[in-house]
Amino acid sequence: MDPVFIAIQLLNGLQYGLLLFLIASGLTLIFGIMGIINLAHGAMYMIGAYLAYDLTLRTGSFWLALLLAVPIAVVLGLVIERLFLGTLYRRDHLYQVLLTFGLILVLNEAQRIIWGSDVQSVPVPASLSGNIALTGNLQYPVYRLFVAAICLLVAGGIYWIIRHTRLGIVIRAGAVNRDMVEGLGIDVRTLFTLIFSVGVGLAAFAGMLSAPMTSLYPGMGDNILITCFVIVVIGGIGSIKGAFLGSLLIGQAATFGPVLLPALASVIIYLIMAAVLIIKPRGLFA
Amino acid sequence: MKRARIRKHTRHLLTGLGLFFLASFQPLLAQQNEEGQATPVKLGLMLPYSGTYAPLGESITNGLKLAIKQNGDQLGGRPVEYVVLDSEADASKAPQNMSRLVKGDKVDVVIGPVHSGVAMGMLKVAKQTGAIMIIPNAGLGAATGQLCMPNVFRTSFSMWQDSYPMGKVAYDRGHRKVVTITWNYAGGKEDIAGFEEAFSKAGGEIVKQILVPFPETQFQPYLTDIASIKPDAVYTFFAGAGAVRFVRDYAKVGLKDSVPLLGSGFLTDGNLDAQGEAAEGILTTLHYADGLDSDVDRTFREAYGKAYERKLDTYAVQGYDAGMMLVQALDQTDGNSADRDALISALASVKLNSPRGPVTFSKAHHPIQNIYLRQVTDGRNQVIDVASRALEDPARGCRM
Repeated sequence: MDPVFIAIQLLNGLQYGLLLFLIASGLTLIFGIMGIINLAHGAMYMIGAYLAYDLTLRTGSFWLALLLAVPIAVVLGLVIERLFLGTLYRRDHLYQVLLTFGLILVLNEAQRIIWGSDVQSVPVPASLSGNIALTGNLQYPVYRLFVAAICLLVAGGIYWIIRHTRLGIVIRAGAVNRDMVEGLGIDVRTLFTLIFSVGVGLAAFAGMLSAPMTSLYPGMGDNILITCFVIVVIGGIGSIKGAFLGSLLIGQAATFGPVLLPALASVIIYLIMAAVLIIKPRGLFA
Repeated sequence: MKRARIRKHTRHLLTGLGLFFLASFQPLLAQQNEEGQATPVKLGLMLPYSGTYAPLGESITNGLKLAIKQNGDQLGGRPVEYVVLDSEADASKAPQNMSRLVKGDKVDVVIGPVHSGVAMGMLKVAKQTGAIMIIPNAGLGAATGQLCMPNVFRTSFSMWQDSYPMGKVAYDRGHRKVVTITWNYAGGKEDIAGFEEAFSKAGGEIVKQILVPFPETQFQPYLTDIASIKPDAVYTFFAGAGAVRFVRDYAKVGLKDSVPLLGSGFLTDGNLDAQGEAAEGILTTLHYADGLDSDVDRTFREAYGKAYERKLDTYAVQGYDAGMMLVQALDQTDGNSADRDALISALASVKLNSPRGPVTFSKAHHPIQNIYLRQVTDGRNQVIDVASRALEDPARGCRM
């Protein structure tokens, strides 16, 4: 392969990986701190994309749609946490798995009732619809670079909160030993609500950003959920740093794998997960 | 005394009325007695009404019901009863669902499915029970190939049939080196094989065959790979959400201007609204098109537009033709559906004046039909030529 194309593929992988991080970061926090395996995370990604679609249609502006959709998604997360999850913390993991699985069905059906099963798309906002010429026949859409930049900003923001704020200390402590944090008199209940609504909010935000790059269809979040679970396992449950590096790794693997090793295209990310688990059974940064 | 007489008169009156009614309905009664069929014709619809394929199921149902409605809501003089079952496009539930329709509901004919995996399960049951089945979509070659059987008909297409004509079109347009890309599943591979067969025969070369794991829609790495190969054209099979994303990504990375995108018509059918500008100019081949401009097509489009809100698509035509097929066949048997062999030979002899053009059925019970070359123009799949006239599927492996 030509070095130019290798560079382009690296960029493709980086951009995909950064997007995956938005989803995986919420997943790993919810799992690591609350102990909840949130299967509905992918469905929230889908809801985010459809919110962007709907509000862009209504308001005529993608930016306005983003501005409105983020709070809607966060509030939806809050309602789910308060109304449903809140009653199950004292129970076994299986109850939560069952509940969040049920949420997938409910959210998918709600999507179908509200927006129908036809494939939809969102136009790229005019201000970012340009392209950068890379080679004679290939361009890179500016919007993709924009999404990568936003993801980097969010990642930086999360890193700063976790490393340099009081809330971050509580979150880190919560990921290591939840009972101790509770014992020290910290209001874990509020912390949980915050983590869950922000976590699913991030997934929905990823869906909104993806909307102009992808096509919208029922159940579009189901596949991305599996990829993100792989990332969480590779990075180590509850570790934001692990989720970040895991996302970049999987982004590159999902880009180079199918081109260089087409026969392994569909299993490559699982092979990486298996390899990591053999060397470090608790993930890279747990 | 008086009372008794009144009673007697009343009795006579009632008897008279009874006789009068009997007399006036005699033709009907006679017909029903002759055939032993006071019951309606039972049609079992096994189509997806939920999930990704739900829009296809809806279109097919609309088309089918329109054809029967236009015939006065009857088939061969009998009313029609629909038994509707959501296949969920779930292959694992197909045999059980099909058995329920055939053995439980005792339907006369099953119409379905959309999804080829579901078709495999249904064919198994059709083989065991001899149930008559009309496939209004699923394009797997085997249904009218290796697995063909007298009681199974198809009103739609085969993957081969819609892609084969594009091979010659691509060569005639000066393309010599082509990259193909599709999902790594049976339908995609059959479609690509049809194209490759004709394209290689003409003298072209497939320089790379890319198989994307289903249902992955992260196409960026593949598009970069294609750009580095610099082929004369790209031939593709994608449908639904994948097709929307592929066409948009292909245009966005700028490949569309230097490497023409070709495909079988599923790439753009029913997807043009979502694909928008990105789809303009793409060439596809399919058994239906916009702008055919025949009287039948015009009438059909008008009637469909009046009856339903949904935009007309190819799937609706396939459903409509399944309905027309039943109308003709049951007319021929005077409404008799109990004699399976007679009904099967009536179905086999059906000649349709379809919105898509003339359709007859091959020995393998697959439609012999025109395949059109279409170009996306102003958001329509505008016909620009007949790529292959009255094309018959080779029905490889069918012994019937």
